[in-house]
Amino acid sequence: MKNLMNWIEYRLPVVEKMKIHMTQYPAPKNFNFWYFFGSLAIVVLVNQILTGIWLTMNYEPSAEGAFRSIEYIMRDVEYGWLLRYMHSTGASAFFVVVYLHMLRGMMYGSYQKPRELLWIFGMLIYLVLMAEAFMGYMLPWGQMSFWGAQVIISIFGVIPFIGDDLTLWIRGDYVISGATLNRFFALHVIALPLVLVILVFLHIMALHEVGSNNPDGIDTKRDKDDSSVPADAVSKFEFHDNFTKGGKKVIIDSIPFHPYYTVKDLVGLAGFLFLFAYVIFFMPEGGGYFLEAPNFELANPMKTPEHIAPVWYFTPFYAILRAVPNPLFGAIAMFAAILALALLPWIDRGKVRSIRYRCGLHKLNLVNFCISFVALGILGVLPATPLYTFLSQFFSFTYFGFFILLWFYSKNENTKPLPERLT
Amino acid sequence: MSNAPVDHGRRRFLTIATSVVGGVGAIGAAVPFIASWSPSERARQAGAAVSADVSKMEEGQLIRVEWRGKPVWIVKRTQEMIEQLPNHENRLRDPESKELQQPVYAQNRHRSIRPEFFVAVGICTHFGCSPTYMPNEFASQAEGVRSGFFCPCHGSRFDIAGRVFQNVPAPTNLEVPPYMFTDEFTILVGEDEETA
Repeated sequence: MKNLMNWIEYRLPVVEKMKIHMTQYPAPKNFNFWYFFGSLAIVVLVNQILTGIWLTMNYEPSAEGAFRSIEYIMRDVEYGWLLRYMHSTGASAFFVVVYLHMLRGMMYGSYQKPRELLWIFGMLIYLVLMAEAFMGYMLPWGQMSFWGAQVIISIFGVIPFIGDDLTLWIRGDYVISGATLNRFFALHVIALPLVLVILVFLHIMALHEVGSNNPDGIDTKRDKDDSSVPADAVSKFEFHDNFTKGGKKVIIDSIPFHPYYTVKDLVGLAGFLFLFAYVIFFMPEGGGYFLEAPNFELANPMKTPEHIAPVWYFTPFYAILRAVPNPLFGAIAMFAAILALALLPWIDRGKVRSIRYRCGLHKLNLVNFCISFVALGILGVLPATPLYTFLSQFFSFTYFGFFILLWFYSKNENTKPLPERLT
Repeated sequence: MSNAPVDHGRRRFLTIATSVVGGVGAIGAAVPFIASWSPSERARQAGAAVSADVSKMEEGQLIRVEWRGKPVWIVKRTQEMIEQLPNHENRLRDPESKELQQPVYAQNRHRSIRPEFFVAVGICTHFGCSPTYMPNEFASQAEGVRSGFFCPCHGSRFDIAGRVFQNVPAPTNLEVPPYMFTDEFTILVGEDEETA
């Protein structure tokens, strides 16, 4: 047995990689509640892939058969309803988890140097996730699938000169039709999941290269001869040479990811599954926000639903889109709202990472960002009345204001002194 | 094995030439993948013109025909509807239909070939919802204007000739498709004298 292990290890260093990424990976010892969501995102991704594969076994990707096959899955396939609700609830859960994960990054400055690339990979994951969710929502071919897609694809039509041809090319027809449905199905079940898994892999590799941030936002890898490191701060655990650079670095206040954080994440997982199962079994439609009522009606190109609202996770950006009267500038503002997040490592010019040691204005500004984001999310669900349009404009202003303010005050910020070691 | 010195110039030329040829090949190979997303021959055939019989339409009635999967409205306007058209022109964004949202033969106040028959694609020019036809109760949306179209999605308003009001999200008037009268009461949508 030992010989077999050695034989494999020589050809593919499985044990070595397990040490680097799990049992000898140094993770700061003070991870709190906010550190659950990375591992939960992986759990949800696995849930989506697994239930998604099972759903394709009975789903029929065609304008004629799609809606009927969903009814078939819901009513006739053994446990089909459960697989579908796990998938549809999983989509919303994915965004809940990802939004909290992103907020964690913003609170503790996890995007700051040297984790810019890690943040960029995260934003790319977020973009692919939005495309994946949008295309997936089209597959049941209900009223909201159809008209939501109509609205979203029309956004590309505002691009000068090529807009009309581009939307025709995306749809593959003069209107949204079976051709559009089939290509979105192909992208949803194979192309985008592949990209997503690769990006998640790169995200984790980039994380393990630079190491995890922590709620104090201070470095836990110090130079060996750094005199400010107290002797009792140095971790007693054995970490991989990759992280200690063969003894040139000392790692303070850290514990191996496995078993210490795998066990902690299991507790988070239990809490998450409790809520997840509650939604699946008692409110699978999520009060009309996870699965919208018009989508229980077959797509009808001749009849627009009274009120078209995207699924909740898109609504903040949808509200920004609607807030601008000119469609072209509205679309630009919407994409700028996402781009601004991606550029956060360069917009924030501060040197102190964690909100714990940053100035009071920064705390207020982050609260402003959260309020703006949530308010836009609520407004994006509501119909466009003059009052709501005004409010959308107001909160779009404060949303972008977060980034502009941050750029100005972060340069010469009045920060608190950082602790020597983790608190 | 020759021991001749490495000819760097030649090596660079070969590297660049190989990269260029390979790049052209990659672009060529991308063509079928990109082109296959364009509308298929069948979809293009389905985009053919459709005819509608309007002889039995009542005054003020709206009928829908499907052309290229889009709802096309045909409204038989009452005399009163036609007469109200000049009254609110100062509140319209493009009262003279300068934007090319219609064939030239519909570039007039009533935006149609014959004043009583209004033909338009029933899709809002904002983000593609289908507006609601309000023959008598439109004043609730635009004061003093009796009939028009209201888009429930984002609140765009159009008058009974599909002309967009100011201060609504929709940027342009409703699109008028190419159409012609093949006889007095038959409208052919999707084809006109120029394209036929």
